[in-house]
Amino acid sequence: MENEMVLDMHDITKSFPGVKALSHVDFTLRKGEIHALMGENGAGKSTLIKVLTGVYELEAGVIRMDGKNITNHSPQEAQRNRISTVYQEVNLCPNLTVAENLFLGREPRKFGLIDWKSINKKAAKILRKLRIEVSATQDLEECSIANQQMIAIARAVDMKCKVLILDEPTSSLDEDEVSKLFALMRDLKKQGVGIIFVTHFLEQVYEVCDRITVLRNGELVGAYNTEDLPRIKLVSRMMGKDFDDLADIKSLYKQKDYTKAETIVRAEGLGRKGSIKPFDMTIRKGEVLGLSGLLGSGRSELVRAVYGADKPDSGFLYVHNRETKINTPLDAMKSGMAYLPEDRKRDGVIADLSVRENIILALQAKKGMFKPMGKKEMEEAADHYIDILQIKTPNRETPVRSLSGGNQQKVIIARWLLTNPEFLILDEPTRGIDVGTKTEIQKLVLELADQGMAVAFISSEIEEMLRTCSRMLIMRDGEKVDELTGNQLSQDGIMNAIAGGED
Amino acid sequence: MKKKLKRLTEMNLFMPVICLLAVLLINVITTPGFFRITMNQGVLYGYIIDVINRASELVVLAVGMTLVTAASGGQDISVGAVMAVSAAICCQILSGGEASVTSYQNSMILAVIAALAGAALCGAFNGFLVAKLNIQPMVATLILFTAGRGIAQLITKGQITYVRVDSYKTLGGYLGKSPVPTPIFAAALVLLVVWLILHKTSLGLYIESVGVNSTASHLVGLNSTMIKFLTYVICGLLAGVAGLIASSRIYSADANNIGLNLEMDAILAVALGGNVLGGGKFSLMGSVIGAYTIQSLTTTLYAMNVSADQLPVYKAIVVIVIVTLQSPVFRKKMKTLRGKGGGMRKSKERAAVKGGNQV
Amino acid sequence: MKKRKSLNASTYILIITILLFFVMYAAGMIAFKDKGFAKPQMFLNLFISNAGLLVIAMGETIVMITGGIDISVGSVTALVCMTAANQMQNHGASAWMAVVISLAIGLAFGLVQGYLVAYLDIQPFIVTLAGMFFGRGMTSVISTDMISIKNEQFLSWANHKIYLPIGTYSKRGKFLPAYIYPTVVIALIVLVLIILIMKYTKFGRSVYAIGGNVSSAMMMGLNVRKTKLKAYVLDGFLAGLGGFLFALNSCSGFVEQAKGFEMDAISSSVIGGTLLSGGVGLPFGTLFGVLIKGTISSLITTQGTLSSWWVRITLSALLCFFIVLQAILISMKKKKK
Repeated sequence: MENEMVLDMHDITKSFPGVKALSHVDFTLRKGEIHALMGENGAGKSTLIKVLTGVYELEAGVIRMDGKNITNHSPQEAQRNRISTVYQEVNLCPNLTVAENLFLGREPRKFGLIDWKSINKKAAKILRKLRIEVSATQDLEECSIANQQMIAIARAVDMKCKVLILDEPTSSLDEDEVSKLFALMRDLKKQGVGIIFVTHFLEQVYEVCDRITVLRNGELVGAYNTEDLPRIKLVSRMMGKDFDDLADIKSLYKQKDYTKAETIVRAEGLGRKGSIKPFDMTIRKGEVLGLSGLLGSGRSELVRAVYGADKPDSGFLYVHNRETKINTPLDAMKSGMAYLPEDRKRDGVIADLSVRENIILALQAKKGMFKPMGKKEMEEAADHYIDILQIKTPNRETPVRSLSGGNQQKVIIARWLLTNPEFLILDEPTRGIDVGTKTEIQKLVLELADQGMAVAFISSEIEEMLRTCSRMLIMRDGEKVDELTGNQLSQDGIMNAIAGGED
Repeated sequence: MKKKLKRLTEMNLFMPVICLLAVLLINVITTPGFFRITMNQGVLYGYIIDVINRASELVVLAVGMTLVTAASGGQDISVGAVMAVSAAICCQILSGGEASVTSYQNSMILAVIAALAGAALCGAFNGFLVAKLNIQPMVATLILFTAGRGIAQLITKGQITYVRVDSYKTLGGYLGKSPVPTPIFAAALVLLVVWLILHKTSLGLYIESVGVNSTASHLVGLNSTMIKFLTYVICGLLAGVAGLIASSRIYSADANNIGLNLEMDAILAVALGGNVLGGGKFSLMGSVIGAYTIQSLTTTLYAMNVSADQLPVYKAIVVIVIVTLQSPVFRKKMKTLRGKGGGMRKSKERAAVKGGNQV
Repeated sequence: MKKRKSLNASTYILIITILLFFVMYAAGMIAFKDKGFAKPQMFLNLFISNAGLLVIAMGETIVMITGGIDISVGSVTALVCMTAANQMQNHGASAWMAVVISLAIGLAFGLVQGYLVAYLDIQPFIVTLAGMFFGRGMTSVISTDMISIKNEQFLSWANHKIYLPIGTYSKRGKFLPAYIYPTVVIALIVLVLIILIMKYTKFGRSVYAIGGNVSSAMMMGLNVRKTKLKAYVLDGFLAGLGGFLFALNSCSGFVEQAKGFEMDAISSSVIGGTLLSGGVGLPFGTLFGVLIKGTISSLITTQGTLSSWWVRITLSALLCFFIVLQAILISMKKKKK
């Protein structure tokens, strides 16, 4: 039985200065269907949703709802067209009650004044119907995130939405809360609501979705029925690798036996609630440890827990076999660690400061406030790295914000290399960098390892990691699931590990 | 030539210097003898000397305000009141509790140290509220803004305490046979000391780093809380110094009037100096130039027979104009008026892309 | 099953405030019984002396709920008093004309400040700080001397006692009824109206929504800018009205008038449970904040020997205490999550 189409997006294209975010993408949604929208970094998921909901202007292509052409110029207009979105950061007002949030902007009136009795009664009815266990008169901020999400969904449903977009709803939920959410979604399915489920959690997609659309680099890879798509095929579609392509990538590094080398850092049961499940990790002198997995699988969270960027709430950390308490990044730095963050704009670049200042900052912090680096020392350090990393900048005093993304990345890499760490953590170091320099950085990583540095390497490009890593941690859905070494290190070995068991 | 002009206009100190020159120009027009300097009984006289002299407290305040603005993106409006507190402590100790004395009842050193300590304590109070409790700077400093003068009144027991000793007038007057008024030296000294602290330690770099990107600074090992706290303590301390200068001029502690409305001037000086009130990179020299600009403006208005009470009206207007020009919404509107049509939507989208979710 | 509404930060603070008021007043009644503190008139004097403050504090609370602040209200009050006095004494305006002028001044401030905050996204603190200096300066432009209001109509409003059925008995057994002035009636009417507006109108709820989460409010279809503008305009209007009530109290206009009034308004709001971060606040709570301020004033005046500066200091200390209390409660809530 063919369900009727409630949403039909055809040939959607959207560009921004210098980048094509979406290119001729099609997306359809049927009535009463739960449809997963998936893709890695830069795939265009977020852009597609924003074009649909009016946050971005529709550039080219057609959007049809129930057969009628529509264009949304604002989120409010999208809502009027019965398209509702529930974001990860719930778009409700925490200081108001549940009932008020449900009816904000459309409160029932009596003689021109707001009728609270009616609001509370109607709200209680809605909550009961959708089996959300909260009181209508409770303040929203007292409800758990899970419940807040469901209340946001309840509001959308009460406003008779036809298309419900759930943007990464399960990232901060535990298993029970996810089950409750899925039960609610299945209820809505029965009512004929079409649900777009944007997520990166593989297991959940297979548990609750009818169809899957995969985007990659702004283009449509394909739309599939969930039951017809095995996990490994999904993973390979998302990563752009052809399962059958057994291209033999020669590893650049020399096979060394690392089991005898000194352990630099060891983590036991380290974990952080809502971020990364407790894990064990060891890294030895001269090892390059890769972390592989889909976007959002917990790779960054793992290394951030080790470095102390996000303080872990369980487990122990040992540096040179001595138990170490890391309370601030400075503690980690003094223990010989360095961390290149994934989001360089938010966590890395200090935009208005010069290239020189950005490069020397970490080392300066390590030395302390009363031992400022001399002018000559700073200039030499900056020049050294501008040279070896080929940083394109007019001069070392240029504010970093004027540099291109790739060059900004190099500046941050320089910053951490300058601190001469024993354990260097690189989270997506080559993102946004030209191919030539990518190889330079890979070679650099191997040189550093050769000299005895322990390196953790996160990258979305498997070849890169295969060329440099001696061991690989596999992450999925917020936890470490496997560890591969030696012969297991191959493209399909890794992808199989990421995809996990077949249903 | 065009390139050189462009480079000139982009220099950090360009705007502040232009503003200063504009105000000086108005001064010269309304007061023909503005730049004339005469020597009378071994002392320099002239409008311009007066401006530089009277701007000294403001310069000291502006330095402290700059640091606070840079690190925390907010302003400290208690500086005027803290000046009163410091003056009160100093005079009260020197007078030993009397309303008016002609000789020191206690050691000068004790009085000065106590006064500065009191001022630094006020700064620490503000710093604690802002850095540790994350309260908005202006609200946190609002407390001392109101209570400060009351505390000063209590210290002087509700009266104006006079210290009619010649040596007390030195700081606000003249050092021995010097033709130049002491406050000018004091301001210069403060500027030098602060500059040294900022550049001979890495504090200046840290303040800018924290102000521009607090998260990244944290990941790089900086203690943002401590740095913000420190800037408030410094600001308080400097307000204390300014209070001593002001007190020395009138050889008394007038809790109601010392530093009155100077907090507004200090904020204005920082803004005129090209510093963004929201924090980040800062320029001490810019604020200093801004301070002299405001003092010149004040002098001009006095020359045009505007009374002290009415001065705030003009300053208020100037503040509004400056923050309006700095407002991003206003700037965007100006851009769209010049580059019609899709400008508004496109720039909104560009902003959305930059700050948007990474998917 | 009805779940019991658990206490949130604002409710805690409100309870503490109300208790504090009763404790302070009771202490006064006990300590200064011989000085007449226990008389009903004493309690009514709280309202008489602070009618203007109550109205102004209402406006301040509304603006603070949106997450903003207004520190120009003291200067607006002074300007209103001076202008009204000047117009009535030197330009022969009628008392009714003075009312209109006062409201107009308040509205003007509200419109300009509101526009700068709501549509140009300038920080409310800077805008209203400039407003404060502008207002104070303009007051002295009108006149640097004090102007006493001698307008008959005005004075009749100011001195018209409304007697109440409660009171005390003199030593000779004569019943001395307690009284209030029309200003109190107006202030109480305003209080009730504001309570109704904040609870039962779209505008009121929008104010709370914006204070809670601006982007969510926008996503849910509220016109954030317009609501913010309305909030500041209402605040300005109330500042004008409150200023006029203040004039009825002081019957004069002078440059130093109402100095620090904005602090009283802000303190009253914060002590009454308005969160500095926005989104939370009750006009009813602000009432108690005003009453506490009034009680402190009365206590210190009755005591007689302490300087009046102690009122300001105590109030600032209380404000500090409540600000720190808010910060602690909020951080405790964050840790709980």
